[in-house]
Amino acid sequence: MDHTQSTPELTQAQEKSFCVQSWRPYQSAQPCCKPISHIRAEDLSIAYHERLALQHVNLEINKGCITALVGPSGCGKTSFLMSINRLTDLIPSCQVTGQLLLHESNILAPTTNLLHLRRTIGMIFQKPTVFPFSIRRNFEIPLREHGLQAQSAWASTIETALRHVGLWHEVKDRLDQPAQALSGGQQQRLCLARALALSPEVLLLDEPCSALDPISSGIVEDLIVSLRGQYTVVIVTHNLAQARRIADHVALFWSVNGIGQLLEHGPAQKIFEAPQHELTAAYISGSRG
Amino acid sequence: MILFSNNTSSRSNTDRYFSWGLRVLSLLAASLLVLVLGFILRESWMALTQVGLSRFFTDSGWFPTEHSYEITPMISGTLLAAWGSILLAAPLGILSAVFCHFYAPPILGLWYRRMIELLAGIPSVVFGFWGLVVLVPLIAAWQPPGPSLLGGILILTLMIIPTIMLIAHSSISQVPTTYINNATALGLSRWAVIWRIVLPASRVGLLTGIFLGLARAMGETMAILMVCGNVIQYPSHIFDPIRTLTANIALEMAYALDQHRSALFISGLLLMVLVIIFVSIAEVLRHKTPYVVAK
Amino acid sequence: MLSLSNTIRETGATLMVWTTAALITIPFLWLIGDLLWHGWPYLSLNFLLSAPQNAGREGGIEPILVSTGLIVGICMVVALPIGLGTALFLSEYTRNDQVSGRLIRGSLDVLAGVPSIVFGLFGNAFFCQALDLGFSILSGGLTLACMVLPILIRTLEESFRTIALDQRLAAAALGISKMATIQHILLPAAIPGLLVGCILGVGRAMAETAALIFTSGYVDRMPTSLMDSGRALSLHIYDLSMNVAGGNPNAYATALVLVGLLISINIVASWIAEQWTIPNQLQN
Repeated sequence: MDHTQSTPELTQAQEKSFCVQSWRPYQSAQPCCKPISHIRAEDLSIAYHERLALQHVNLEINKGCITALVGPSGCGKTSFLMSINRLTDLIPSCQVTGQLLLHESNILAPTTNLLHLRRTIGMIFQKPTVFPFSIRRNFEIPLREHGLQAQSAWASTIETALRHVGLWHEVKDRLDQPAQALSGGQQQRLCLARALALSPEVLLLDEPCSALDPISSGIVEDLIVSLRGQYTVVIVTHNLAQARRIADHVALFWSVNGIGQLLEHGPAQKIFEAPQHELTAAYISGSRG
Repeated sequence: MILFSNNTSSRSNTDRYFSWGLRVLSLLAASLLVLVLGFILRESWMALTQVGLSRFFTDSGWFPTEHSYEITPMISGTLLAAWGSILLAAPLGILSAVFCHFYAPPILGLWYRRMIELLAGIPSVVFGFWGLVVLVPLIAAWQPPGPSLLGGILILTLMIIPTIMLIAHSSISQVPTTYINNATALGLSRWAVIWRIVLPASRVGLLTGIFLGLARAMGETMAILMVCGNVIQYPSHIFDPIRTLTANIALEMAYALDQHRSALFISGLLLMVLVIIFVSIAEVLRHKTPYVVAK
Repeated sequence: MLSLSNTIRETGATLMVWTTAALITIPFLWLIGDLLWHGWPYLSLNFLLSAPQNAGREGGIEPILVSTGLIVGICMVVALPIGLGTALFLSEYTRNDQVSGRLIRGSLDVLAGVPSIVFGLFGNAFFCQALDLGFSILSGGLTLACMVLPILIRTLEESFRTIALDQRLAAAALGISKMATIQHILLPAAIPGLLVGCILGVGRAMAETAALIFTSGYVDRMPTSLMDSGRALSLHIYDLSMNVAGGNPNAYATALVLVGLLISINIVASWIAEQWTIPNQLQN
């Protein structure tokens, strides 16, 4: 766990937000932030139909940071992501063992309030999926279900969320039109806004840009970077260049004997400049995976 | 799926005779509808010209021997039985499909669906028979006489639930899993996902099933014949016996002559038009894109 | 764990859904159970092989089985060539947007929804009277052929469409004529689908009653020719239960025979569909 090395002085303002706002990419030698653990996986294993897909994952995810999960396909990154908000419950053959802690309470316990968990942890999928209704209704359905606000407050919540993702000016005149008429990039931003409207603490992103064209991909990526400090972001990405651009922490998954393992993890600059494992170095340089 | 149009590829004589042979057969099939409509119209002609269509609604009672041909009690019988059964069968059928998809363990869901498919294959005369020997005595014990609108509604419900359920099942299967995953990730509970996302997303398919079920209920003959009592009257409550258009035709064709027979053909024509309207609506719905696919 | 209102709603929904399933399963089991309970004692080989006596209260159903077989046989013999030809024409010679194809398909879709009693009226007017065939097995079979045709064509066309594109491409590249392609490549590959379609058509024909009441007649004697009137299984059940006092026991037995035949037919069709289409897909 490399982030426990001596932290340099941060100004008071910088400490207030969880990460330095104007953090420069990994060339800087400074670790990004004062680490506060938000999610912790201890000896986590995931099996499908009794066959192990991922095992012995020990990972700490820090509050307000962007943690990138990288590695070749089939190493269990998405499975790990889906276990954090217990979406693995939807797959009958999937079994998750070990401990997964959110602020010291076990996510995997049967007594966990799943609906509360999924409000606190939002998820964006690879394929932008807006519901086949109007834009407004896409927000109203989860807002109604969680019942946290009076109906009169919905309109301002929707506006805030759309402004946050930069969609407000594009869609403010067509909130009652079908959401599926939007472009792919707009739909993905809408999905993000929809999750943000619930005021989550954590955002899980499963390759959010891979189904988008390069321009939309750039817009969404900038958006993700702007989330740093306010939300804890865990992003699965195949795109190493993207990880270099946006990640504070990187966790590399690798398939060993057909079972996914967490090979190495740490601050981004350490992983990209001085990886400890030789496979990590090979993957980073592109000669493997 | 067509690779070559008719005027490329080979020009051999066998191919030409073959394709013309197929065209002839297809023409036969295509002309069937025209043939059916034509002959029914032909047989209805006598009553249409001698009696006139309006009298079928304005005469006072169905007394063919006295040339009185009011069919409105029977139309009301058909509509009441069919719509009554849809009111029951639609929610039951749709909830059955939901059961199979979201609540039943996989093996139970499979066998439940097989059971429904079996139910779909049972002939209407067997349904009518069971209704006659089991259902009607039960209703009679509750409230005489027994053969009644209620019996018709209950049997029809049992008969059209498979139609609705199987179409609903297939529509629900076509709702993309990503919708369900996204909705669950947003913290919607199981029933909330079903009620707010899955059912609205598949509503076109559900409507198609309902229209087809309605068409089937209106056209049903044998089961209704055996269970409804066949008294020509406007029912004052559901325990009253009724006669539907279909039962009327089945009962009286055996001995109807001339004008009477022609009048029966007209009621058949009316029934056919009614059913065709509903089937066409269902077909139009079926071919409509249920939702826009994301670019 | 959920909040209280959510728990109430979820429990209510689960209860509602399971109750629905039970509400439908119970009558189904009741019906089948009732048929078996009352019909099984009267079912025997003798029942299947002897003639009805005393208006059907006693005796068996042999002539009725024969008549049913003849009616269904005529239905399929007539419907199959026309159905096959039309299905081939639709799938091989028309494009999806062509008028002729849409017209044919449209009229068949409409026909598929027409009630069976209306077909009975048509059969009576056309086959019995206009073509002067009278109440006969032939009239009944031809009427059923008209009824079964739309569904048959839809199923057959489906099975042709699923045959992989590359097989047709390969044939075209080899310069094989269209008819030969159909004869040697498409038809053999479509055989499982064709079988399933035929079997389902037979099932549909056997279950039919209203179309036969005034086309094939009521006579329950053994038919000697196709122009003889004959009674089908479904009609026999109707007659015994509605018109013959004390006919219920034999009606139960006949119903059991009919339902048993139909279930067997459906099982065979599903089995063929499973066995043959999977290897077919692997080849593709």
